[in-house]
Amino acid sequence: MSTEAEQLESLAQQEYKYGFVTDIEADALPPGLNEDVVRIISQKKKEPAFMLEWRLKAYKRWLKMEEPKWPKVEYPEINFQDIIYYSAPKNTPKYNSLDEVDPQLLETYNKLGIPLEEQKMLAGVAVDAVFDSVSVATTFKEKLSEMGVIFCPISEALQKYPDLVKKYLGSVVPATDNFYAALNSAVFSDGSFVYVPKGVRCPMELSTYFRINAQNTGQFERTLIVADEGSYVSYLEGCTAPQRDENQLHAAVVELVALKGAEIKYSTVQNWYPGDDEGKGGIYNFVTKRGIAHENAKISWTQVETGSAITWKYPSVILKGDNSIGEFYSVAMTNKFQQADTGTKMIHIGKNTRSNIVSKGISAGRSNNSYRGLVKIMKSAENARNFSQCDSLLIGDKCGAHTFPYIEVNNTTGRVEHEATTSKIGEDQIFYCNQRGLDTEQAVSLIVNGYCKEVFRELPMEFAVEAQKLLSISLEGSVG
Amino acid sequence: MLQIKDLHASIEGKEILKGIDLEVKKGEVHAIMGPNGSGKSTLANILAGREEYEVTSGSISYLGEDLLELDPEERAHKGIFLAFQYPVEIPGVSNVYFLRTALNEVRKSQGLEELDAAQFLKLVRKKIDLVQLDKSLLNRAVNEGFSGGEKKRNEIFQMAVLEPKLAILDETDSGLDIDALRIVANGVNSLKSKDNATIVVTHYQRLLDYIVPDVVHVLFKGKIVKSGGKELALELESKGYDWLK
Repeated sequence: MSTEAEQLESLAQQEYKYGFVTDIEADALPPGLNEDVVRIISQKKKEPAFMLEWRLKAYKRWLKMEEPKWPKVEYPEINFQDIIYYSAPKNTPKYNSLDEVDPQLLETYNKLGIPLEEQKMLAGVAVDAVFDSVSVATTFKEKLSEMGVIFCPISEALQKYPDLVKKYLGSVVPATDNFYAALNSAVFSDGSFVYVPKGVRCPMELSTYFRINAQNTGQFERTLIVADEGSYVSYLEGCTAPQRDENQLHAAVVELVALKGAEIKYSTVQNWYPGDDEGKGGIYNFVTKRGIAHENAKISWTQVETGSAITWKYPSVILKGDNSIGEFYSVAMTNKFQQADTGTKMIHIGKNTRSNIVSKGISAGRSNNSYRGLVKIMKSAENARNFSQCDSLLIGDKCGAHTFPYIEVNNTTGRVEHEATTSKIGEDQIFYCNQRGLDTEQAVSLIVNGYCKEVFRELPMEFAVEAQKLLSISLEGSVG
Repeated sequence: MLQIKDLHASIEGKEILKGIDLEVKKGEVHAIMGPNGSGKSTLANILAGREEYEVTSGSISYLGEDLLELDPEERAHKGIFLAFQYPVEIPGVSNVYFLRTALNEVRKSQGLEELDAAQFLKLVRKKIDLVQLDKSLLNRAVNEGFSGGEKKRNEIFQMAVLEPKLAILDETDSGLDIDALRIVANGVNSLKSKDNATIVVTHYQRLLDYIVPDVVHVLFKGKIVKSGGKELALELESKGYDWLK
């Protein structure tokens, strides 16, 4: 252990001794995870006491848990003691001007049509004082607070609304739910908190975009969204611009709570760095996303996954209340050496619950794309209905597509329908497009976008347009 | 406009075309007739640039260029249009979006400005009546769930919008009832000008009642065995192909 690390270690203990008063001067902790690291994180965030207890409980359980091996993905063993679990948000820009940024990255930004100033923020370039993103965010916040909507970093929420967070945090994804969720619970750095009061229809799409610019949330993100009775909120996560990160492992947790009659629409566009042409250096994305729908409530997950070296993600809905609805719309695109094992779980508990699953997998290059979905109808779920449609599209002959549907029906009144197709882009389709003047790359992109339409139309308008462009870019070079 | 010289072509090693010579001038309508398996569709597909067919010898010159050197999309940009015998479905892609993309690709290649959605819609309204295509088909996915007749009419509608220099109709009449046949033929006729040319590939004479050809060629076992005026088509209708063997 380096001397610096030793110093920190002793400093950490010292702080514990003095009751978490002093601030640590170091920017980041040394790699490794132990109880003190958990304590330091909680202390750095000035969290209430219950949070520390909660984190420590998660940590202790995590120690006894094993990394899941069932997903159809392969990667070298992760050494969890090599990871840095806390580093202070950096406010200093990485570059002084766009000229210093990787031109390939800029080219992609341009293709996506991202305005210059936003490009700078995304790439980590110092932003001109003239462009006031803070004021945009402020106006946005004022409007929300007028309606009583809370939208802030979860660390801020823990200080300002501890009771609210305490009530719901871990209520959908318990701290000990699975290996990565437990790890996240122990060490999460930050994330978003949303609360929409009774009967309020949130007047705008809430986007992490506004917040991420201000603060790098790091690799263990935690999101909690609570929609009180009869309310509605649409939340957008991520952005289409390629995101690079020094941290290879990402293990986020997202919890949604839709109380009686509420509706939550959660849309994600994930474009983490997938690795180089040989598949090296890409992000491992191990995410736990789950929502609970109370009586007459509705939760929709819509996701477009194009990035990451490995995606392991199953946004799920627990249909607890009678007449509740769960939806999952997904496009997962893999190219080169990417691996994705993604799908959903729909757990029907209440009567007359409905769930709808539309999954579109696209595999190109040497990638592997798996759909894994569970539909479970419990004994109590009278007249539950599920419809699942899982389509796979193959581009080239070196990629793979796999479908793993799990169906458990414990109530004879339940009805579950599952449709699955696997297709290849036909030479006929490509030639037809060619003959009308489109080159092959355009043709493939057009065909793929058409194939994904059912999912794209669930996305908010602007997001859908960006997602289409993103898919085209991800497909580049996938046809010979 | 188009000169085909001693064209030999094969698919999967099997020779289909065994020395075709054909010249098509601006303003002309040529009909290519022949029994099944004579190589009509092969010729149409080779002109459009389909890769599965291998040209083993001979040459094709189009507007002074070596056509065989051009990719299918380049041929489209230069005004070659193939109305497919079996139009292809593209699920999820709206007909109107597909066609606008196609038209704009052609316009781009010619250094013309791309049309925006509103300008394009104006053009579409003008052209759609030509083939009496149901307007609701515009926003449906390309050919998906279209009836046989709707697919063929859609091909001619695309042709009307793209205004090709050389249109090749590959068995456009097959599967059409008499009303649809008349509509399609009217569409083709109204697009005819002194600057463009049409090659009509057909099995039956009946289409030629509506689209009157300048020249009729009989293709048999990969060779053009007879060429003549429109009356040749009528002769074929009454005598069949056997007398040409």
